[in-house]
Amino acid sequence: MDLRRPNRPVIGPKVRQVGFVTPDSAAATSSSSIPAVSAAAAASAGSPPSSLSPVMIPPPRHPSTEMSNPHFHPVGSYNPSEQILGSPPALSPSRSSRFDADGSDFGGDDDESVALSGVGGGMTPKSSLLMCQPVTKTAPLVSETRKRDSNASKGKGEGPSAAPKEKLTKAERRATQEAQRAAKAAAKEAAAAGGAPSVSKQPKPATKPATQQKKDIPSGSGPLQPLAPSGSIEKKQGKKEVAAPHPRMQFDDMTKVGKLKKRAVVNQSEARNRVELFRHLPQYEHGTQLPDLESKFFQLDLIHPSVYQVGLQFLSDKISGGNARCIAMLLAFKEVIQDYTTPPEKTLTRDLGAKVGSCVSFLIECRPLSVSMGNAIRFLKNRISSLPHNLSDKEAKSRLQSDIDRFINEKIIIASKAIVEHGVSKIRDGDVLLTYGSPSVVESIFAYAHGIKKNFRVVVVDSRPKHEGQGLLRRLVERGIHCTYTHLNAVSYVMHEVTRVFLGASSVLSNGTVYSRVGTACVAMVAHAFRVPVLVCCEAYKFHERVQLDSICSNELGDPDAISKVSGRKDLNYLDGWAQNENIQLLNLKYDATPSDYVSVLVTEQGMLPPTSVPVIIREYGIERLWT
Amino acid sequence: MPDVSDFILKLQRRRIEGSHATARQTAELLRSVISQTRMPYTNQAAALLDAVRAVGEQLIAANPVELAVGNIVRRVLHIIREEDLSSSAVSFEGLMISEKSDDEDDADHKGGPVLSAAAVAAAARSTLRPRSLQTLLEDGPLPAAPSKSSSAGDSEGKSKSDKSAVGKRLKHSVIEAINLLIEEIDDCYEDISEQAVEHIHQNEVILTLGRSKTVKEFLYAAKQKNRSFRVFVAEGAPRYQGHVLAKELIQKGLETTVITDSAIFAMISRVNMVIVGAHAIMANGGVIAPVGMNMLALAAQRHAVPFVVVAGSHKLCPLYPHNPEVLLNELKSPSDLIDFGEFSDCMDFGAHGGAPLMHVVNPTFDYVPPNLVSLFITDTGGHNAAHMYKLIADYYSADDLVIKRKSTSSN
Repeated sequence: MDLRRPNRPVIGPKVRQVGFVTPDSAAATSSSSIPAVSAAAAASAGSPPSSLSPVMIPPPRHPSTEMSNPHFHPVGSYNPSEQILGSPPALSPSRSSRFDADGSDFGGDDDESVALSGVGGGMTPKSSLLMCQPVTKTAPLVSETRKRDSNASKGKGEGPSAAPKEKLTKAERRATQEAQRAAKAAAKEAAAAGGAPSVSKQPKPATKPATQQKKDIPSGSGPLQPLAPSGSIEKKQGKKEVAAPHPRMQFDDMTKVGKLKKRAVVNQSEARNRVELFRHLPQYEHGTQLPDLESKFFQLDLIHPSVYQVGLQFLSDKISGGNARCIAMLLAFKEVIQDYTTPPEKTLTRDLGAKVGSCVSFLIECRPLSVSMGNAIRFLKNRISSLPHNLSDKEAKSRLQSDIDRFINEKIIIASKAIVEHGVSKIRDGDVLLTYGSPSVVESIFAYAHGIKKNFRVVVVDSRPKHEGQGLLRRLVERGIHCTYTHLNAVSYVMHEVTRVFLGASSVLSNGTVYSRVGTACVAMVAHAFRVPVLVCCEAYKFHERVQLDSICSNELGDPDAISKVSGRKDLNYLDGWAQNENIQLLNLKYDATPSDYVSVLVTEQGMLPPTSVPVIIREYGIERLWT
Repeated sequence: MPDVSDFILKLQRRRIEGSHATARQTAELLRSVISQTRMPYTNQAAALLDAVRAVGEQLIAANPVELAVGNIVRRVLHIIREEDLSSSAVSFEGLMISEKSDDEDDADHKGGPVLSAAAVAAAARSTLRPRSLQTLLEDGPLPAAPSKSSSAGDSEGKSKSDKSAVGKRLKHSVIEAINLLIEEIDDCYEDISEQAVEHIHQNEVILTLGRSKTVKEFLYAAKQKNRSFRVFVAEGAPRYQGHVLAKELIQKGLETTVITDSAIFAMISRVNMVIVGAHAIMANGGVIAPVGMNMLALAAQRHAVPFVVVAGSHKLCPLYPHNPEVLLNELKSPSDLIDFGEFSDCMDFGAHGGAPLMHVVNPTFDYVPPNLVSLFITDTGGHNAAHMYKLIADYYSADDLVIKRKSTSSN
């Protein structure tokens, strides 16, 4: 430490400059940052080890643990040295950057101000040393001075580094997230292994902009360093639970939403006139985020371009459907892994896990994950964490990539082939088959059945606002299958002639509930009333041990404007100008839950089973066997 | 008659929207038909019946799916029969009074206390109308009203065998009764919405589908009584009349949520009551309603949510439905569902040996079986589905159920 101390004043400003402009020069600092992070991680492992599954983020801590944090001095005492290094644990400085970005929040948040006051009192000497700027010792003023500091240092200009403040803070926020995640993963690792098994990787040359580097750079940016002493780590610990939006986060919890907002990359503005029953679900104005996100492209360098692309496609609904989304995501992750280089003095298993985690949280911000995607992520993280430590980078990467390929192949492509074979056995000559929306598996069942010269007719039922059935209709007609097209309301009119109903599913839950595109439940219900068998086709990787009774507790809200505007019908403009009235609410649900008694049989690659057997499949073919 | 052909054309071209407008215009048309009918000296009622039947048959054929036309024609036929009976009773009494002086001994064969015209009218009415609780109770007070008219008839009857006067009186009273019918059709909204407060409580969550004026008035009335409740409106593809209803409701300050039809099943579990309008109510208590209603009714049944149908009495149809999903339905243009331009290649009739690979089905109506309906609210109050046939029997006479065969047999 002492040896490094002299470096500090030199590196500090440099780092900052580099952080926003030239990645190359940052390479030097990146190496120094790593021990800090891992140390912080190790330290954080001292706190109750949180069982972090990739999909499930640990529940919020109790206030008591947060209270205990300020006394977490071992960590705190360790931190200053990191700052001195000039490449602070990615976490702490960026945290403080958040503070100065949201200076107004600062006073209001009790926990944080407490932490800060501790900071101000304890650490100021060092910080003043670092900054060559007087920092007042009184806590309330800390934030003020910090702002000034940052402004001043920016003003000093370090040339190109003087990025607009807002952007700077966003990038930094990003960095915070990253770092926290890294720390978390490390903590988990440490907790699991009982010690950090360090496989020394040869430091990569700076040619490749290692992601970790980038992470560190903004965080290392000068002005903030001094102010992020021990307190920052404590805060980080407290904040862990909001590192990424929980897949089933309740959005009516204002404090959490606020915290989430601050760190969100995708700038979503809340839709107005939200439906009371669905306050717990996120609903955003659509169409506003895209340009915003595009303009941020060059700052979001932490996100791999392929993930970014997939995220944008999710956001704009270019890719939809459970399998398509899952495959797109996995392929993007494959590229991430391909381009990944383990930063020096880090282990691949920890760092890559964090990296994937950050990509996932970006995707969640674009659109909530489907169950299938959650399962795929769970699989990937499992694979990453179970990699043997003695593998070289190259081996590990190729192994992961082949794992991903295997998942796509086995769980999705081969599984749907098996489903097709099962499903076709239920089609007889002269059947009239009804389907709703555009389920990919069902489409291939029809195509295959047509291919083997079965003689049948298809009824495609469609609904607003997405009209996905039209695409299916077109593809089936082009194959030469006789089709009848109608809308959901007319389903009881056509149900008389139907002999089988084939439906797709977004996921099948443990109580047999089929969670699928909204309207599926209606079709299944009408079919049930008309005594027509309902076959739900679903790959087993979409099964989930969760249970759900209604479609309200967990769902996804789409763009409300899609309700008031009827696409392709310009004559229907009754709600023009009324959509903003305070009395009207527009509800665009995306999924619904079909009760298990409407489902005659589930067609999976494991065979055809009654919906009551879902828990058996989940247990017997268990998560472990499914995901490893 | 130019009016008739005009109206038939309108019906054929589906220019008249909604059963209320159709019913009202049909009644007005029949009124003018009756007033233009030349009355013969004998058997005037039959002449009127024939005239109305002839027109009615054409009207029904013009749009067999618009059951309100048939309902009104039958109502008018029923009115003619009733008026004929009461006026014949009057004239009968007139005759009786005149004959009394001639042969006194005839009285014993008529029964001890001389049958008053009113009693005859009531008896005639009860033969016309099957016995029901309502008519049983009416039997007491009923004679009072006709007795007045009979006393008026007395004085006129005295002027003996002025057949043309009787004929004019029949025509006149029929026209007056039809005026009452038109008034009833117009007032049905008020009569129905008066009952709103009995059915809607505070903080209720109500789901409706599409747009029905009756439902709108029903909800307005509850709102006016300061009930605060929330309304979910399913938009009702492919006409999206739910949007119109939503707009009208928010103008009145009702908290309204527009949902897609596909979200009905998801939302119904949080709904207290489903209130919908109907196109027609059949004699078995089944409902012909805008498309999608069956799905909604099934969902309501699944979650034990009361499914309430509000409809004016002009929507009561005395027919029993047979395969109503198909026979009492109307298929509209596919352009509501798909863009012709987009699918022009798929709809090519020549491509696959004359038969297109693609069909588009766009029905207008749905049939909701009676077991799915919890309650009917008409302008006479609330009724059970099983009771509808009785209610219907009050409005129509059994002879008129099949208009076509009668008219051909009489012609």
